[in-house]
Amino acid sequence: MIESVIDFLLNDPIGIVILTVIKALALLVPLLIAVAYLTYAERKVMAAIQLRKGPNVVGWFGLLQPFADAIKMMTKETVIPSGANRVLFVMAPMLTFVLAMLAWAVIPMNDGWAIANINVGILYLFAISSLGVYGIIIAGWSSNSKYAFLGAMRSAAQMVSYEVSMGFVLVTVLLCAGSLNLTDIVRAQTKVWFFIPLFPMFVIFFISALAETNRAPFDLPEGESEIVAGFFVEYSSMSFGLFFLGEYANMILMSAMTAILFLGGWLPPLNMEPFTWVPGPIWLILKICALLFTFIWVRATFPRYRYDQLMRLGWKVFLPFSLGWLVLTAGVLMALGWLPNA
Amino acid sequence: MDEIATRTVEIDSHSINFGPQHPAAHGVLRLILELDGEIVERADPHIGLLHRGTEKLIEHKTYMQAVPYFDRLDYVSPMCEEHAFALAVEKLLGIAPPDRGQWIRVLFAEITRVLNHLLNLTTYALDVGAITPALWGFEEREKLMEFHEAASGARLHANYFRPGGVSKDLPAGLTDRIGEWAETFPKFMDDLETLLTGNRIWKQRTVDIGVFSAEQALAWGFSGPPLRASGVPWDLRRSQPYDKYAEVEFNIPVARNGDCYDRYLVRLAEIRESLKIIRQCLAKMKPGPVKVEDRKFSPPGRSEMKRSMEALIHHFKLYTEGYHVPAGSTYSVVETPKGEFGVYLVADGTNKPYRCKIRSTGFAFLQAVDVMAKRHMLADVCAIIGSLDIVFGEIDR
Repeated sequence: MIESVIDFLLNDPIGIVILTVIKALALLVPLLIAVAYLTYAERKVMAAIQLRKGPNVVGWFGLLQPFADAIKMMTKETVIPSGANRVLFVMAPMLTFVLAMLAWAVIPMNDGWAIANINVGILYLFAISSLGVYGIIIAGWSSNSKYAFLGAMRSAAQMVSYEVSMGFVLVTVLLCAGSLNLTDIVRAQTKVWFFIPLFPMFVIFFISALAETNRAPFDLPEGESEIVAGFFVEYSSMSFGLFFLGEYANMILMSAMTAILFLGGWLPPLNMEPFTWVPGPIWLILKICALLFTFIWVRATFPRYRYDQLMRLGWKVFLPFSLGWLVLTAGVLMALGWLPNA
Repeated sequence: MDEIATRTVEIDSHSINFGPQHPAAHGVLRLILELDGEIVERADPHIGLLHRGTEKLIEHKTYMQAVPYFDRLDYVSPMCEEHAFALAVEKLLGIAPPDRGQWIRVLFAEITRVLNHLLNLTTYALDVGAITPALWGFEEREKLMEFHEAASGARLHANYFRPGGVSKDLPAGLTDRIGEWAETFPKFMDDLETLLTGNRIWKQRTVDIGVFSAEQALAWGFSGPPLRASGVPWDLRRSQPYDKYAEVEFNIPVARNGDCYDRYLVRLAEIRESLKIIRQCLAKMKPGPVKVEDRKFSPPGRSEMKRSMEALIHHFKLYTEGYHVPAGSTYSVVETPKGEFGVYLVADGTNKPYRCKIRSTGFAFLQAVDVMAKRHMLADVCAIIGSLDIVFGEIDR
């Protein structure tokens, strides 16, 4: 009986589809819960930094707050401005949300635990995260509001400028790992995690991740005190909620990417007894949590960059530096004969 | 083939409504910004959305009833505004408060200064995107609010300074609590500075933004921290001391560049100077009466009223008709946390002022926003407005 079910799932075309759906749900449901609790964690951590309590009324220690927020958002009215382009206006948050979810297909939680273990995993991730800007531009344009439009313009400029240096960082990692497959990249870190030899790249990648997810100090597209809420100033209820979920899912995604590329993914810090008892996914989740904490910590500490300063940082500091480091890495690998697959 | 006409397309600057409902508008500022992309071409401040007719209302109230209106002008530094009115009326009446009353007024004027600067610096940081200073600052403001409450019964709209002194003496133990606070507060200031003063992003956002030279600042009628940040060491507490300011030692912080960062630094330094003054007040204050003993101007105490018919009559007269102020006019100024705040008071010998013109500090600052923000970016407008410490209660009156 069990064998026939397994056989059906693994070999029958319909079975494969069903299995993929189950896999996707097994990833997405915990992911959405993680997003919900990331908002909670952000509020709690920021509260601790800012000498206040944070959510503490709904449930024990406010643990049910994310659900209360979700219910509130779902029951509110979706307001569509009369001057807005209705189709695009409604589509934009969906696009952002779907793209944020889509990228997770290639993230390996453990050795071989990826929904799609494709050989161009890193290109796929890069492509998906680049598409994210469309949701924002469409939202800003279709709202037909000047504030939203300014936010969208800022966002487009910002994402483009940071993707270039991020690309070079990725190439550096690829040179060291010798593969575009995320699972192989993690395996290549068995001896030493990449953040040790490539520390400056790790820092650049993390800062670019902040910029890529529109987080403080690069939260210009939202720019609370300048352009009110930027591109989603006209959004309400669940259409706003989708942007919110998308933003936080992207934060987790970027943290997962950083963990996989630089912090050895599911690998334990030392390949010896007490560390190897802990299963791989737990290590990955711990690394992601540590990075997310840094995201929140940065938000609570720094003022916001100005638009032109952010561009200058991207194009005039990060881009030359990452390019230089890329050449240096390639040279060292060639000179010492450390190139993988060579 | 040469018929390909070249068309010149004029791209107009677009204008946006910055406020009146905007998180960085500090109240109800409506700023019409003409933008070229994100570059500000023109900033046109519109005021009047918080106009309450304070000056006219004061003409229909007795002198004592006019005091609470001053709390509501600049609601961030209420006691300093009362101070200006109290001084003006005292000048016309020819009375001076007893020593303790004057010390209490100086003490609370400085506590108010710390309150104001804490709010301004931290919300200014909030406008530039730093969230945490605001919440830290509010924690500290809460303690100061409690001092206000202990002295006057109200946290914000104190109505504590009266012509002839203050409304009542400080409760027992308050000076000790203020003294304890003054010991721990510098630590808080150090912590606050770690978040901002040396922060590279904060410096990038404020240095060389909204530069105003000393000549410009004088020409535009600046006063207070924005004037001192431009390099003019002008402080009314020093140049024409009132109450006990002549007897306390303090420095006047002055900066040189007149940009947003300097205005921030000047206010930081002023908080530390205020702390010095607070400590000196606590040390030099001696027990004694807190308001003039003349029952024609200051009401008798409750217990006295129970025993003395004369006191009861005085009380009744003061709270119905009020006192009559001899005809004359005066312009009294104080150095509020924001700058020069003046009251031009014309008395016609009756129990109500004939005219009470208020010189608000922020009005002069707001005029200059256009000059300061020209060719800066949209985000800089927020920094400039934050650094000028604009409060609409006093600008619109």
